[in-house]
Amino acid sequence: MWELFKTFFHIGLFTFGGGYAMIPLIESKVVDEKRWIDREMLLDLIAIAQSCPGIFAVNIGIFIGYKLRRTPGALVCALGTSLPSFIIILVIALFFRHFRENEFVDRFFRGLRPAVVALIAAPVFKMGKRANITFQSVWIPVVAALLIWQFGVSPVYVILIAGLSGYAYGQYIKN
Amino acid sequence: MILLYLKIFWTFFKIGLFGFGGGYAMISMIQAEVVSNHGWMTNGEFTDIVAISQSTPGPIGINSATYVGYTSVVNAGYSSLWGTLGSLIATFAVVLPSLILMLAISRFFMKYKNHPAVEHTFMGLRPAVVGLLAAAALLLMNAENFSAPGENPWQFFISVGLFLFAFIGQMVYKMNPVLLLVLCGISGLLLF
Repeated sequence: MWELFKTFFHIGLFTFGGGYAMIPLIESKVVDEKRWIDREMLLDLIAIAQSCPGIFAVNIGIFIGYKLRRTPGALVCALGTSLPSFIIILVIALFFRHFRENEFVDRFFRGLRPAVVALIAAPVFKMGKRANITFQSVWIPVVAALLIWQFGVSPVYVILIAGLSGYAYGQYIKN
Repeated sequence: MILLYLKIFWTFFKIGLFGFGGGYAMISMIQAEVVSNHGWMTNGEFTDIVAISQSTPGPIGINSATYVGYTSVVNAGYSSLWGTLGSLIATFAVVLPSLILMLAISRFFMKYKNHPAVEHTFMGLRPAVVGLLAAAALLLMNAENFSAPGENPWQFFISVGLFLFAFIGQMVYKMNPVLLLVLCGISGLLLF
């Protein structure tokens, strides 16, 4: 149990840049080093964690924890993955406000902001490729983006409507 | 006070429940809820949070929940101790749906993942998630993050340049995001 916690704490601590960056680390730790699951199982896990809501890395942790030690294992892995970020960000949040007003910090962050927007814009195209968007389906992301951007519709509704329409399309129109 | 905590809990529970498509898609939900819907912080503050989440280790969803939970309580005028409780609540709330769902799904999904109903649902979800991401980027392209030609032309044009630099660096050359952020931050330090 302690091993599980330690392993996922380590994974949470050393991944930069979000979920997908975590895969190689999980692979080397969980598959090669600890031999808790095999590579094929990991691939299935990735597919499941990707198609479930929530945080990718936490989802994978929960799944592996559950497989090894049932519910307590899942809890320990979820905690282990989240704890490093939580501690680090909390410490930053506690102090950041005090020096955000500093002139140099302000200039640094004014340079950062456009880069942040670019880093969010870039994966749009990568994700588009992975979602197999074609000429027939390109209107879906465009309409979704417009609804949220121009009409202030909550992304929650967009997700709900998209899932339900996909389901309805498959059940009633395609067949 | 308790009402604020309840709102934070409910907001992040929803984000965890409907956050398909990874960290960046989740960012668009957090932004819609926290900035546009509740007004707990400004767009500029939110962008700072994303920058910090990207340059610190750990999943972006956890990072931003922790930070937003803290900041929204402190912005409402409470002390940092209450802010810490806010970040604890937000982080717990964002993980909770995964925990419940994944435990249930661990048992059932393997069996049903190729079921046509599940496949069709995801056929609708995947392209919408791409739209979600695009919306997040578009919403952040505003005067608070870029300034405006009429307001501060120098900052505006430099900002657009930095945006293009980071976008191409990431898309074409797959540069490390943390490196890109640091480079743009230093440019800001020197040029603004």
